[in-house]
Amino acid sequence: MAKITKSPWLLHYDGSSCNGCDIEVLACLTPVYDVERFGIINTGNPKHADIFLVTGGINEKNKAVVKQLYDQMPEPKVVVAVGICACNGGVFKDAYNIIGGVDKAIPVDVYVPGCAARPEAIIDGVVKALGVLDEKQKAFKAAKKQKGATK
Amino acid sequence: MSKRSIVPFGPQHPVLPEPIHLDLVLEDEKVVEAIPSIGFVHRGLEKLVEKRNFHDYMYVIERICGICSFMHGMGYAEGIERIMDVEIPDRAKYLRTIWCEMSRLHSHLLWLGLLADAFGFESLFMHCWRMRETILDMFEASTGGRVIFSVNKIGGVLKDMDNSMLRTFVDMFDKMEEEVRQLTNVFLKDYTVANRLKGVGILTKEDAIINGAVGPMMRAAGIATDTRKLGYAAYGDIDFDIITGKDCDSFARCEVRINEIFQSFNIIRQAVAKIPEGPIAVDVKGNPNGEAFVRLEQPRGEAVFYFRGDGTQFLNRARVRTPTFANIPSLVKILEGCDFADVPILVLTIDPCVSCTER
Ligand code: SF4
Repeated sequence: MAKITKSPWLLHYDGSSCNGCDIEVLACLTPVYDVERFGIINTGNPKHADIFLVTGGINEKNKAVVKQLYDQMPEPKVVVAVGICACNGGVFKDAYNIIGGVDKAIPVDVYVPGCAARPEAIIDGVVKALGVLDEKQKAFKAAKKQKGATK
Repeated sequence: MSKRSIVPFGPQHPVLPEPIHLDLVLEDEKVVEAIPSIGFVHRGLEKLVEKRNFHDYMYVIERICGICSFMHGMGYAEGIERIMDVEIPDRAKYLRTIWCEMSRLHSHLLWLGLLADAFGFESLFMHCWRMRETILDMFEASTGGRVIFSVNKIGGVLKDMDNSMLRTFVDMFDKMEEEVRQLTNVFLKDYTVANRLKGVGILTKEDAIINGAVGPMMRAAGIATDTRKLGYAAYGDIDFDIITGKDCDSFARCEVRINEIFQSFNIIRQAVAKIPEGPIAVDVKGNPNGEAFVRLEQPRGEAVFYFRGDGTQFLNRARVRTPTFANIPSLVKILEGCDFADVPILVLTIDPCVSCTER
């Protein structure tokens, strides 16, 4: 990532996490780790968000919620799965109510490992997500242009 | 009578780090009824006990909740130790006590931060979380993890804290206490905070008993209950009073938790002064056969654990009644008749831990 040109906003949703990864996500936003210095703000509104951080795996009940939040976010958007639960189910993989990682419900761009994912790893994931976001934005603009040209 | 409308609250909501859903029945701006629905975080980890060896299950049960992970692990360890009749070394008991109180400290600071965020005092939120990081650093130095520690084992603990580390910790706590005092004075003396919390969400003594509240919810209603007084781990040797409030409102609950922070500093100091030398774990042979109940005081209140084994390496039942689950009826009670704008604060005053509740 060369430089950050936008200030991307985060939406955080707890799928079925144990809380461990959630408090680490919040820890990223508070003074010691402070992602706000990159212009990153945690927003509660999916319509304001560019990056979707999901912790915890997917179960029958939250599948629809995750999907709905994802659909409400405007294009371009990036999804980051935080913690091993969100990547593939983690320790709860064999539990009867867990379908699997977040990618069972929505497309995931960046996977952050760890149980609990360390704040450094989460920040790294978010920074990676910024790169993905940049590319998606370019593709999105190009597609828009083409659409305009064919009209 | 004005028309009633139903407003959904959650599962995704800016003040909630975790999903809980409430259907609020409103009459103008007043909530007349709140209907909770839970299950968004349900993983079914109690049933996992049938698939994991009883030693390995420790790593699952710790992940009931990332805030009280130590205490869940400890509850499990105590339960299995009781079934197998294992007496753990004294040093392990003291170490468990110290880690327990450190968990309480970080949990209460976390809660104070979230509360400040809920009433829109952002800088206070940041300060609380900054201080909490010091405790997480101590956890990292002593256990290797920031939120999930995996340091309990059946028969004791896996890691020791040597005496120089304990002394350093006490020094750090001494310094921290001063800072925390300044911080909590804002909660206790600032009139904006008092405006938002005083007289809001009253849960009377009778209601607290009828609804089976636990922990600070119960103590803030003036009822002295604290399972630490049962004397598990090293609490039997430690001198502390049960902290209670009297106003039964959100402010009283805030006050009780703040006083518990200072009480925890105190308990840690006493434990460090009394900790004996010796081994930290004993060997455990065989499989658990029998059943046991364990009660622990977690930051949010009393947790009850039940385990049953049949002599194989897989237990056949594990059950945890977590404190937030017990506090949900009280939450529904205090939501009735409150202002719509106070709902986020009231949800927070029970210190909800949804991943515990739904496991
Ligand atoms: S990855 Fe670990 S810490 Fe994170 S939510 Fe899952 S179990 Fe909890």
